[in-house]
Amino acid sequence: MKIDPATVEHWKKQAAIYKEFVINWLEPANLERLRPLLEFQTGILAGFALIASVLLGVTNCSTEGTIQRRLQEDLQNSLAEVVPADLYDNDLLQDTLTIPSANYNIGTNETTVYIAKKFGKVTAVSFKFTAPDGYSGAINMIMGVDRDGNILGVRVLSHKETPGLGDKIEVAKSNWILSFVGRSLDNLTPTQWAVKKDGGEFDQFAGATITPRKSVQAIYRGLQLFKEHQAQLINP
Amino acid sequence: MFLPEPYRKIALDGIWNNNIVFGQNLALCPLLAVTGTATNGLGMGLATLVVIIASNGLISVTRHLIPNEIRIPIFVLLIAALVTLVDILMNAWAHELYKVLGLFIALIVTNCALLGRAEAFASKQPVRHALWDGLMMGLGFALVLVALGAAREISASGTLFANASLLLGESFSFLEVTVIPDYKGFLLMALPPGGFIMLAFLIVGKRLIDQKLAERKVPVAVLTPVNAEE
Repeated sequence: MKIDPATVEHWKKQAAIYKEFVINWLEPANLERLRPLLEFQTGILAGFALIASVLLGVTNCSTEGTIQRRLQEDLQNSLAEVVPADLYDNDLLQDTLTIPSANYNIGTNETTVYIAKKFGKVTAVSFKFTAPDGYSGAINMIMGVDRDGNILGVRVLSHKETPGLGDKIEVAKSNWILSFVGRSLDNLTPTQWAVKKDGGEFDQFAGATITPRKSVQAIYRGLQLFKEHQAQLINP
Repeated sequence: MFLPEPYRKIALDGIWNNNIVFGQNLALCPLLAVTGTATNGLGMGLATLVVIIASNGLISVTRHLIPNEIRIPIFVLLIAALVTLVDILMNAWAHELYKVLGLFIALIVTNCALLGRAEAFASKQPVRHALWDGLMMGLGFALVLVALGAAREISASGTLFANASLLLGESFSFLEVTVIPDYKGFLLMALPPGGFIMLAFLIVGKRLIDQKLAERKVPVAVLTPVNAEE
């Protein structure tokens, strides 16, 4: 399509007129005259709100996919921490099963279980769970369990426990959480699934008993959830 | 201090005389919340520094457009939008950093120091002064955060800049020092009351230094006329 040079010239003139108008309008003296006017104030507030929301909306939409991918990577890294890499050759994020977990007080009514398979045979499962009753809020954890119900690993994903006291549940701060490796419902009795103060097997921290107590109880409930669905999970 | 005025005054105000914490007693909520360790203080300081420069600049650019009667809602809108933008963009493009600083970014919305600077300075000054003020106020705030974090961390656990490599990368692991070996720990300092107590000590320290400086100036002023009489 060929554009008529006269039309281009006309547009250029129009653009110059608008540009000049905007520049004049933005002069501090002109704005000073406008500022006390109610119409101007309403318009400016609406204008700022509009620009801010459009900017936020565009940013949110354009980064949504990237953020989703980052969160997937985070999940993959957490899964790799609790399920040894040599136990599976499938994509854990794709091989999932959702089981009801409302009766176990682990934060959600449904739990997504990531299933690790090697040569098509289930070797381990992993799932997130929550101790909703930590000392200062929910403690979010992830656990890997082999097909016989022995713990392969537990990690704390996020928590709000007291820094310097309750945060020893993080693997970065102390190796307490590693003491669960190899434990199962079979090799410890229900009374042993508690901190030492309550007559159980697991250490509490000096100055912080509630955090480890509630963590142990949540891990115990997580294992019970696995046990209830064990047959279904290991023979999909 | 070889800066031309008013940059010199802005710098002195931001870092010492009119420091956000010591001078204006603002931003105490994020201050006390995150200064359990020096590393956390540094993280919050850096995040605030970036946002306060951006918010000062933005408000100074648009200052002629903003009517006096509705300035507060517009400032709040701008700051909230800015913080949210930084939050989203960091989550997407600097995810590792976001996992460490993310908590602090959201806290910046509650930082009244930003609104304070917008109201008291940026809305009345040219852009370059406002940007410089943001930088200096941010630096002053970051210094207090690190000082308070360091004081609390040393007295609570005997270490300094623990986990700094998580925040700044492996090359900064030299910052991690055990100041007092075999320290039994003084838990109170890691808890919120310790924050208040240590902050009080820091403020007293600042006042004492100011007093000493003022005393040193007085004799000079008195002596000059005496010398003149001789």
